[in-house]
Amino acid sequence: MKSAQYIREVPQRYRLEAGKCTGCGKLHFPPRLVCDGCGSREFEAATLPRQGTLLTWTVIHAAPPQFSLETPYVVGIVELDGGVRLTCQVADCDPEELAVGAPVELVFRRIKEDNAADIIQYGYKAVLRRE
Amino acid sequence: MVGIVGWGAYVPCYRIKAETIARQWGGDPESVRKGLLLEEKTVPGMDEDTITISVAAARDAIERAGIAPHEIGAVYIGSESHPYAVKPSGTVLIDALGIGPHVHVADYEFACKAGTEAMFVAYSLVKAGQMKYALGIGADTSQGAPGDALEYTASAGGAAFIMGDDKVVAEIQATYSYTSDTPDFWRKELEHYPQHAGRFTGEPAYFRHVLAAARGILEQSGHQPQDFAYAVFHMPNGKFPLKAAKTLGFTREQMEEGLLVTTMGNTYSGSSPTGLAAILDVARPGDLILLVSFGSGAGSDAFVFQTTDHLPALQDKAPKIRTLLERNRRYLDYGQYAKFRRKIIFNSPV
Ligand SMILES: [Zn+2]
Repeated sequence: MKSAQYIREVPQRYRLEAGKCTGCGKLHFPPRLVCDGCGSREFEAATLPRQGTLLTWTVIHAAPPQFSLETPYVVGIVELDGGVRLTCQVADCDPEELAVGAPVELVFRRIKEDNAADIIQYGYKAVLRRE
Repeated sequence: MVGIVGWGAYVPCYRIKAETIARQWGGDPESVRKGLLLEEKTVPGMDEDTITISVAAARDAIERAGIAPHEIGAVYIGSESHPYAVKPSGTVLIDALGIGPHVHVADYEFACKAGTEAMFVAYSLVKAGQMKYALGIGADTSQGAPGDALEYTASAGGAAFIMGDDKVVAEIQATYSYTSDTPDFWRKELEHYPQHAGRFTGEPAYFRHVLAAARGILEQSGHQPQDFAYAVFHMPNGKFPLKAAKTLGFTREQMEEGLLVTTMGNTYSGSSPTGLAAILDVARPGDLILLVSFGSGAGSDAFVFQTTDHLPALQDKAPKIRTLLERNRRYLDYGQYAKFRRKIIFNSPV
């Protein structure tokens, strides 16, 4: 991955920074240029909560090359507290443990490297909250 | 008063039993369990490394301290398994936690004592009045060569400590270091696995430095072993710290709480710091705690802490390390372990 592209995405991938529309308050993740709620172009940065619930998931058996050693792994859609939805891997679990509505939290993990000499790409994954 | 204002610790959920490794290499599981006092060790997930472990531990430390991340003026990560040979681990962490960019960052190395180095410098900067808060972290995902004795113990985990002078939960009363040129364990640039000098790692290395640092700090602080509620020594296995404790006059009871090695393994730079985190998780106000690290090469850092009335309120603000060690343990067989730790050659892009 190109370093210039990587650092542009750091606020979202590392810190879950969303764009909050100053017109209608709608949260956009990733941030966008024009609000699809009210058409405003004014946003302020808002950090999303790391807690949420699992809406749905699938198990990947045939993965792209960068993920081939991790199969089978789970990719899910998570709804964070406050309503923003995002897609990410669900780590440290067996698919049999998962349920719709299961409480999850986002953790900071290695996502991939394009090759052994490339930068390590970090970002968020979900894990089940096991308290 | 300067000392710890927040702490956090983390271990991955994957485990391999000492027995599983012993069977792989035709070793005797019982002699490993009895000789090293080791049941199992943690293994990092394929998506975990020193940086992700440090982020998890430091996030909990910030949560406990109840401070804004950008108030932290310095971040030091001690490890012998930084993911990049060139590019500091701390640079990723400060952006992940919103600490940067107005912050001093450095990575430290000193075999297993790099974590206490980071804590020492963080503490010293706050004590000198240079900054309000400083973060010191010890974390590792270390490896032993396949079939080597170190493979039974080299594990993954870490702990993070925020030093400050307001609402201190454990005051640092004294520090002491003891260092010499002792080649007991080393790894040269481009070598994958470390070399060690077998039995030489015991008396001339671990015991010489740990005992000298402990005796030095006891004399300097005017404390006797019986004054302490808890003690934690670097834990390369279960046997060494207990033997050091006995030699110095500490009891098994003083050691028990911090002795995580039997089910965690040796988290290298995270070893004695994680033990300290386990003690802070349960200590009562006014308790004295002795910590002595050890890093091959070789040296020891010693600290005397005294907990304060602010401690109990923070204990339940984040997961306790013993809870993390007990929940969601996911056991690997040797083949899975070899894949996780990339001990086999793959014909794939990574
Ligand atoms: Zn809007």
